[in-house]
Amino acid sequence: MVETITLGKSLNHGLRRALEDDAKVVIMGEDVGKLGGVFRITDGLQKDFGEDRVIDTPLAESGIVGTAIGLAIRGYRPVCEIQFDGFVFPAYNQIVAQVAKMFYRSLGNVRLPIVIRIPFGGGIGAVEHHSESPEALFAHIPGLKVVSCANSADAFMMIRQAVVSDDPVIFFEPKRRYWEKGEVDLDADLGQAFPLHKARITRAGTDATVLAYGPMVRTALDAASAAAEDGRNLEVIDLRTLSPLDMETVYASVKRTGRAVVVHEAPGNLGLGAELAARITEECFYSLEAPVLRVTGYDIPYPAARVEEDYLPDLDRVLDAVDRSFGW
Amino acid sequence: MANGEREAGAVPLPAPGGAEHPTPGGDAPAGGFVQLLTPDGERVDSVTTADGMTYSVDFTDEEYRKLYADLVTVRRLDAEATALQRQGELGIWASLLGQEAAQVGSGHALRKQDMAFPTYREHGVLYTRGIDPIMPFGLFRGVDQGGWDPNEYKFNTYTIVIGSQTLHATGYAMGITMDGKTGSPDGEAVIAYFGDGATSQGDVNEAFVWSGVFNAPIVFFCQNNQYAISEPLERQTRIPLYRRAAGYGFPGIRIDGNDVLATYAVTRAALDQARNGQGPSLIEAYTYRMGAHTSSDDPTRYRIASEVESWKAKDPIARVKAFLAKQQIADDTFFAEIDESAKKLALDLRERVLAMPDPQPVTMFDNVYPHGSPEVDGQRAEFERYHASFEGSDH
Ligand SMILES: Cc1ncc(C[n+]2csc(CCOP(=O)(O)OP(=O)(O)O)c2C)c(N)n1
Repeated sequence: MVETITLGKSLNHGLRRALEDDAKVVIMGEDVGKLGGVFRITDGLQKDFGEDRVIDTPLAESGIVGTAIGLAIRGYRPVCEIQFDGFVFPAYNQIVAQVAKMFYRSLGNVRLPIVIRIPFGGGIGAVEHHSESPEALFAHIPGLKVVSCANSADAFMMIRQAVVSDDPVIFFEPKRRYWEKGEVDLDADLGQAFPLHKARITRAGTDATVLAYGPMVRTALDAASAAAEDGRNLEVIDLRTLSPLDMETVYASVKRTGRAVVVHEAPGNLGLGAELAARITEECFYSLEAPVLRVTGYDIPYPAARVEEDYLPDLDRVLDAVDRSFGW
Repeated sequence: MANGEREAGAVPLPAPGGAEHPTPGGDAPAGGFVQLLTPDGERVDSVTTADGMTYSVDFTDEEYRKLYADLVTVRRLDAEATALQRQGELGIWASLLGQEAAQVGSGHALRKQDMAFPTYREHGVLYTRGIDPIMPFGLFRGVDQGGWDPNEYKFNTYTIVIGSQTLHATGYAMGITMDGKTGSPDGEAVIAYFGDGATSQGDVNEAFVWSGVFNAPIVFFCQNNQYAISEPLERQTRIPLYRRAAGYGFPGIRIDGNDVLATYAVTRAALDQARNGQGPSLIEAYTYRMGAHTSSDDPTRYRIASEVESWKAKDPIARVKAFLAKQQIADDTFFAEIDESAKKLALDLRERVLAMPDPQPVTMFDNVYPHGSPEVDGQRAEFERYHASFEGSDH
């Protein structure tokens, strides 16, 4: 059955399917049960699956992830919700020092099939700690896999794929896109799903490649539509997987277009864009017509809500970078 | 820190079993709490807890009227803020409705030299510190991140990451000891505010450990408003929160957080013990969040109306009003005057909030580092160049 539903609702459906498919899947986090999460992503799940499977935890992120590790050692598949990006840091120790390294440390004996869901990014007019993009802090850590969905169909499939994955997956959800609608095939089979760790060309083009993920995919697509009016045909790649990066898709595109612009909300310094630029330069040097350019948040703490529009990459800044690439 | 010089045994030990309370009227939770003013407005002369501490207040009529005025005012300002949020003038608001007594009582218990570390809900404490109530509105309107100088106001910035500030408060209190500013009646003390949910955080438990080990002059003031967003207290603890203190080696006491007199008396005593060098203590103020967690929250999803109704009968302001009237400390003219002046303050606050200018976007590059940074400065210049390029266009 194909339905047109919001990205948030798609995640809800995906989690429901994950709970149905495997009795070892448990959801845990602050306010995920009775309330259904502050964004309602787990709405109705505790009612249908019970308090043992959808657990309202004490208010402690280190506790959420730390106990998820124990549950995973015991054979469960915990899906942890961190309420907002800026509140993951009490759990950072458990994630970096334990989740990421357990498989390695145990000589491959202990798998931690844990999903850590994090609504991330800005644009919702929130107070401090509610708009951050910390993905690079996780992508930098060997042993973690990091993904981000950008539309309803991917949200529904990717969350299920993350749950069945034997790797720990940090799952970044573009919170400001929770309310955007898209078509989802609710009967889609996991077996036929587009692979979790593969990027996707969401808009084919010939003149330059725009690389984005999560909330910025929509921005990149809008920029591509605007550029088309000026006769420029941009290719937009939704990276989807941030660690590992699917560079084959990226290289193939950049070799065709000769230009690459990376867009993310996170500060530029040592962000995903830096890694992408380095790899593209190493692999596509002779195909490049211009340096890889980045459109990112500035290297400052996320600013007050009333100026966030000036902080966040937008259509104009993406087009400006495309112009600069062509002007090289 | 004069750690090595401290004699073994110099740290006062809490009374065995902590401060068990006599159980007053029918509205106390199991285990009791300190109450000096019942929901009906009856004064309890004094309360002696199992550890031998006796609590009472001896306010003048004028002081009683001031307490009442402050309670009414902070509630009125809070209502104005809620209205401003609904009208789109604030991004979000964290209402203190129902917690006025816990905040006004503890706020007044602070002496001038004391330092407070709030969460994001302590607008009532802020007000009783004599601070212009507009101060936190920049944060809630989204024009800044809550920027003020903690040392100027003896009131730290609002802290949103749950529990963090309890460690900051502990460190500040350690500094007081290091500076030799305890051990006398004019010594300094610290109060750290946090909620029932926060007691689950590692940071809060570490703050308890540190303050105990270093005998820090601090009062941990937990407003147990029964909820952490949607989660009831049982999701955070299986014993009453005040009893946690015993495990960390300092006194814990529960007060009727809707009773401004008990709150004042117990907090004042705890702060004075701290400033005298007797170390930390934990106060659990048993109260209720009458409104939503914040303006973004919908409490009908997780609690029933009858519960809220039952707490209305324990309203922190109504009981003071009843007491003042019964004792003829204040009359209807006074009550009307206070309502009027609170309303005036609220309207003035509204006007000033509406007049708050949006920040210039380029100011987002300010205050990243005390002495700047070439990278940030470069990005600021680039930002200005980029925006100048749109000048004259219809952008
Ligand atoms: C570390 C962290 N995790 C989650 C949140 C989101 N959050 C904001 S307030 C809140 C509940 C706090 O409850 P409590 O400590 O009882 O204080 P109250 O808001 O009831 O005054 C939560 C979970 C946060 N701010 N910080």
